[in-house]
Amino acid sequence: MSKTIGLSGDEAAAYAAKQSKVDVVAAYPITPQTIIVERFSEYVANGEVETEFICVESEHSAMSACIGASLTGARVFTATCSQGLALMHEMLYIASGLRCPIVMAVTNRALSAPINIHCDHSDMMGSRDCGWIQVFCENIQEVYDWIIQAFKLSEDLNVLLPTAVNFDGFTISHSMEDVKVLKDEEIEKFLSIRKVKYKLDPNEPMTFGALTLPDYYFEVKRQQEEAMRRAYEKYISVVKEYEKLSGRSYNYLHEFMLDDAETVIVCLGSTAGLVRQVAKKLRNEGKKVGVLKPWLFRPFPSKEVFKALENVKSLAVLDRTLSFGAPLGPLCSDVVATLFNEEKAIPVVNIVYGLGGREVTPGEIEEVFNLGLKAAKTGEIEERIKFVGVRE
Amino acid sequence: MKLNWKEIPIGGVIPKGGTAVEYRSGDWRTFKPVIDANKCVNCLICWIYCPDASIIRLEKHVDVDYYHCKGCGICAEECPVKAITMVEE
Repeated sequence: MSKTIGLSGDEAAAYAAKQSKVDVVAAYPITPQTIIVERFSEYVANGEVETEFICVESEHSAMSACIGASLTGARVFTATCSQGLALMHEMLYIASGLRCPIVMAVTNRALSAPINIHCDHSDMMGSRDCGWIQVFCENIQEVYDWIIQAFKLSEDLNVLLPTAVNFDGFTISHSMEDVKVLKDEEIEKFLSIRKVKYKLDPNEPMTFGALTLPDYYFEVKRQQEEAMRRAYEKYISVVKEYEKLSGRSYNYLHEFMLDDAETVIVCLGSTAGLVRQVAKKLRNEGKKVGVLKPWLFRPFPSKEVFKALENVKSLAVLDRTLSFGAPLGPLCSDVVATLFNEEKAIPVVNIVYGLGGREVTPGEIEEVFNLGLKAAKTGEIEERIKFVGVRE
Repeated sequence: MKLNWKEIPIGGVIPKGGTAVEYRSGDWRTFKPVIDANKCVNCLICWIYCPDASIIRLEKHVDVDYYHCKGCGICAEECPVKAITMVEE
């Protein structure tokens, strides 16, 4: 039987890491992630965990320490966002390249300049190709569930890739919800102890991170892509097993009223809740709209996304980031590429919204749906990229 | 025959120690140190300074492990009796 407690998004991340019995945490505080590190350091100070907590002088050092710890076979957790994630950028590639199954909470926040502490996805999207598994959470329950599931997925010996668990800064990190938490022993059984094939061990010396020249580098990277494909396959068994335990299902996509939808909004993270609320209202008015929210962003669940969108006539894809000079934003590019690969040509509008924590309103979402409905009828869109919520 | 991506150990790990000995860093050399056995007093200063452990200790004088010596010239610089000359390959 699970119990229900009140937790903020940050607290839920720390609580899940505690229950996952992490061996090492190396982290540096940054708004709005700070509370994760604070809560976890309290667990350490109170003797509630046996975790080695490493206070470091920067995020670059935090990720470096996490990599070293992970290579010894430890279960490792950290958290950051925004400038901190940017400072880690170099080490993110090393974590995935050395196949360290680190789990990191990312409280998505805008990047400077101008400096801003509020939510958008430009931090994670800036490190999109770092070789990490990336999930996006909509609410605090999902944050709790995903930290735990991430360890299971990352540490699988056929996967061995780090996972970034993203949730919207302040919107999720600082709001409080009822969270259904599992028992310690249930999680202990679900995760068991991390198994390793190769590890840093003075009694059995090995070289990690050796110079790899043109004769082998390509093979190592190809192998890493294979790990991503395996993560895609493994994902479903992890979420199914967790569903048995928790009753909560994380099948690749959250689909809402897609069956006969003419137009659909695709989005990540906390915005999905608002979009569904608006969709419900429009459905009551007889408008055929739907909402698709992938949890998994990397590896991108193309097969499932296409299946879900097979019969729609138009799409609006919401990107909470700007890919300067690009034909489309990152999420929209992936959706459009997915459709193109299946030879499905429909009007798609890319909505750029919510930068630097700009609130998106139900009225704005309704306009986006109406734009989609119009495009579904005419087969045309006026603008490929539309900025919603900016003062023109 | 080089291994393909399915055959190599995960993440480019080299799953044993001491593999540097198998690598011919002597290929990098432009100048090679040549020991004058008559001048060498076997003081072993070159042996201490050599960054690649490429000075071989013999009974009466030193010699060079040309498989690993990169030709940096530190030994010739440090030799107190000028018994080592750097000669272009």
